[in-house]
This record gives sequence, structure tokens and C-alpha cells, in this order.
Amino acid sequence: MAPVIQTVNLTHVYSPGTPFEHTAVDNVDFTAERGEFIGIIGHTGSGKSTFIQHLNGLLKPSSGRVLFNGEDIFSSRQKTRETRFRVGLVFQYPEYQLFEETVYRDIAFGPKNMGLSEEEIDRRVRDAAGFVDISEDQFEKSPFDLSGGQKRRVAIAGVIAMRPDVLILDEPTAGLDPVGREEIIGNIVKYHNSGENTVIFITHSMEDIARIAGRLVVFSKGRIFMDGTPKEVFSRAEDLRSVGLDVPDITLVMMKLKKLGLPVDDTVYTVEQAKEELMKLKGRGKDV
Amino acid sequence: MSVIIKAENVDHWYGEDENRTRALKDISLEIDEGSFVAILGHNGSGKSTLAKHFNAILTPELGKIYVAGMDTSDKDLVIDIRRTVGMVFQNPDNQIVASVVEDDVAFGPENIGLEQSQIRPRVDAALMSVGMYEMREHAPHLLSGGQKQRVAIAGVIAMRPRCIVLDEPTAMLDPSGRREVISTVHKLNRDYGITIILITHHMNETIAADRLIVMSDGEIIADGSPKSVFTHVDMLRGAGLSVPDTTRLIYLLRQEGFDLPLDALSVDECASAIYKKFA
Repeated sequence: MAPVIQTVNLTHVYSPGTPFEHTAVDNVDFTAERGEFIGIIGHTGSGKSTFIQHLNGLLKPSSGRVLFNGEDIFSSRQKTRETRFRVGLVFQYPEYQLFEETVYRDIAFGPKNMGLSEEEIDRRVRDAAGFVDISEDQFEKSPFDLSGGQKRRVAIAGVIAMRPDVLILDEPTAGLDPVGREEIIGNIVKYHNSGENTVIFITHSMEDIARIAGRLVVFSKGRIFMDGTPKEVFSRAEDLRSVGLDVPDITLVMMKLKKLGLPVDDTVYTVEQAKEELMKLKGRGKDV
Repeated sequence: MSVIIKAENVDHWYGEDENRTRALKDISLEIDEGSFVAILGHNGSGKSTLAKHFNAILTPELGKIYVAGMDTSDKDLVIDIRRTVGMVFQNPDNQIVASVVEDDVAFGPENIGLEQSQIRPRVDAALMSVGMYEMREHAPHLLSGGQKQRVAIAGVIAMRPRCIVLDEPTAMLDPSGRREVISTVHKLNRDYGITIILITHHMNETIAADRLIVMSDGEIIADGSPKSVFTHVDMLRGAGLSVPDTTRLIYLLRQEGFDLPLDALSVDECASAIYKKFA
């Protein structure tokens, strides 16, 4: 089966032919398989946001191709339109894009545009609200009366209601407190697990993404700089720092311990993994 | 040390009638001039509401706030209060008014009617203090988030405040932008003795503060050095906050019976504490 998303020599140049000409995405080959959970990380200006906007046809490549289920999404207008419904994109600060009078109507906006029946729209709105823990007694409220975290979850529900095969989110946890971040991450994981859904998640938080993604893609200067499991990526701490990114603190602690001579795996990246590693040395703890 | 900000039994409500919520509940505190204070809390904890009282954007419904001895509810003092305490907000794009960096920084001093001959040196000094002097002729909208936020801080510095309150200044920035802003405010505190009040929900930004105040549900639930506050892992979690990963690792190891110090906050401290036990 063809990968669900593929880019071939994808290049995007902003303001070509002007003094501001800038190659934001430079010859990128990328593949996402059905059911993957992929984290995209990179410094501001690394091209990651420009890149993902090609995956549902919002931006047109300067050169190269974007394939959805093996077919070029720009082969016809019909194809581009269809892709927009099947590859859902949640922008940064999506709550700024809420505009309807009620929560229900905001979530229903996408499915309505798809030309679905009233019944199907209703089913999808309830379903999508369930994914983001928005209860039905909130449906008739104005979205502007909700808290920041709730607003963002309503905006995400609006995209989930289109039941996209691929859900792409650009920094969905930015600006939220730890509780808000956990809620949104839980909602996204729930959607990922509810079928063969693919999730692509842009973030600055290494700690968040390391726990949930099976694969990390690191962007730098418009290109893919690294692509691998979180373990593989975090084992290259120096390379990550060279492109302005950090390794999780836990990985740094373990690296330090290894340097000091403890026989530990220094590619672990969550608190739980680090504890497991250290417990293997249990007999060595002086007071145990 | 003298006290620059004093809150006495401050209460504040939002909303009307049955929707009225008590955002601040009988808050009293004193902030020493020259200190670096971090205020941590989840969304809706009251931390931003409290911060807005510090330069008279909000005034208390009950109780009093004094800024350098000035009562913030006295309307005649508002200008003097705002010159004493400057504010920096979350979104840098909403704080920039001019199309050239140095014009933006000059906006405040021009507004208070300073002579041109006084404005130039103030603007230059402010830009140098945040490391943006080289970019003084750039267009602000082409700067990175961290750079924009430093320009916003320079705009406040140009007013020569004794205290700067920053309300989640890094929430919209990437990790390197965050580092730029945090190291800039530490430098302003260290080199110029400006009192810093940093409102945030990033634990890591509070580690180097002199004092950490934790707010939850309109109340102060912890107040002390970051090292002492972060040892209360369960209490912080109950307030919807997480502790740094280094503390959490030590906390989990302690539950397994290892006698490790909960105040080993930095990566180096954490690693060497663990090393001592396991080597």
C-alpha cells in the first residue's frame, strides 16, 4: 500500500525574484505511513510550518510533488479539495479562528462544507466533541465564553469532525499550562488510537513529544536534519544543540551519569525510563 | 532592603451578578526592591490578575496595593506608579507600535515629553541592555519572537522603571527565544538592580529566581526559595502544576527508598546527587 502522505523533492520559495527571496523548504523527501504518530521539531524559521501547510494543499510547492495515498494532490482542483477534507490541519492558536455563534455550529462548520446530511453532521459533531471532552451542555454556549484551553479544544474538534485520515497540528499545546497541555495531548492520542489515523504534531516541547511520538523528524534550514525514533534522535545531543534544539533534561542527567562512570543507558528520555535504568543498579544504592 | 511593592488583604472579583468569581482572595505580600520573584500558577490561578495590580491596570476591590509607598487606588498617582513599575505582556506582536526598532523603544520616552537630547541616550542604553542595539534600525515585524520580546523589554527599560513585571513573556516563544528573554531579565536584575516579577507556568524559568510564589485558585499556596518550594511535589501537583523532571526523578527514587535531596534542581545537581548514591 502506498504511504498515506509522501513528498518528493518538495521545495517552497517565498517571494521569488525579489530581494526577500527565501527558500523555506528545500528539496524535502518525506513519507508518513498509515497509523504513524510523528513529531516534527525544529527551530523557529526551520521551515516546519511551511512544510506541513503543503500536506493538505494549503500551499502549493514551488517545485516537487505532494502525494496523498499515492496520488498527486495538485493533479486537479477536485483532488486538492478532497485532500483538504482528508488531511486536517490545526493551526497555531486555532482558538483565534473560532467565529460561529455557538460551540455546536463551530464544530459543524467543516462537515457542513463537506456537503454531508444533517444527521451525519450531528453525529460527527457529537463524536468530535467527545474526543476533546467538550460536553453537550456546552453546545449552545458562545465559544467566546469558554476558557482558553476549552476554546482550543473546540477548534481541534472542528477539524476532527471532518474525520481526517491524517491530523496535523501546529504547536497545539503552545501557551497552555501543564494541565491544559496534558488534556490536549490526551485528546490527540485518543484520536490516533481510534482507528488507523495518522498524526503529525509540531512542537517545541521535547518532553511532550518524546512520550507520545514513535518517530521524530527534525527540521533545520528547510531540510530534514534527522529522522528516527526519539531514542535515536536524542542520542545525538550535540547535533541537536547545533541546530538550536535541546535534549530533554532527563537525557542530560543520564548522559552526565554515564560520563561519571555509571553503567546506564544515556538515550532514555522520560522520567520513568530513567528510574527503571537506575533501579537496575539497585544493589549499588548505599542505603538499600 | 526596602519594600517596592506591598499588597494588603487584596480581593478582586470578575464578572457580574451570579457569574461573579473571586479571582484574588485576601492576598498580602511584600516584594523587596532589587529581588527576582517568580510567580507560578496554572491558568485561572489569579497570577495575571495579581500582576495587573502591580502597575494599577487593575485596582483592588478590597485592600490596598502600594508601589514604592504610593497607593494604586489614588488616580493622581497612576502616572508615577506606571513609571515605577513597567509591564511586559505575553504577545510581542501586540506591544510593538513603530516600524523601526529604535522608534518603538523611543515611544515611551517621547510620550512623557522628554527632550530629544535625553531620549537618544536612553534608547541606546535600553537597546544595549537587552542586546538589541545592533538591530536598532531593523523592522520589528521581521525579528524573531525572542528578539521582539527583547525590544518590548527595551521599551520598558527606556522609561527607567525600578521594577518590571513580565506576564508570561515566553509563552509564545520557542526554546531559544525563551532562553534569550530569561537571561535578559536576569541580567537586568543583576547589573542594574531592577526588581523583576516574572509570571510564568514554566517551572524551569523559576529555578534561578530569589523567591518563588505559587498561586492556586486566587490564593498564595507556597512562598519561598525555588529549592524549598519544589520539594512539595504533592502539593504542586494538587495545584495543577508539575515539578521539573529532575525533581520528579528524585521523587520517584525516594519512593523506592533512596535518600536523595529533593532540592537538587539543576541537571548538574541532580546528576551528582544520584551519582553519590549509586557509584
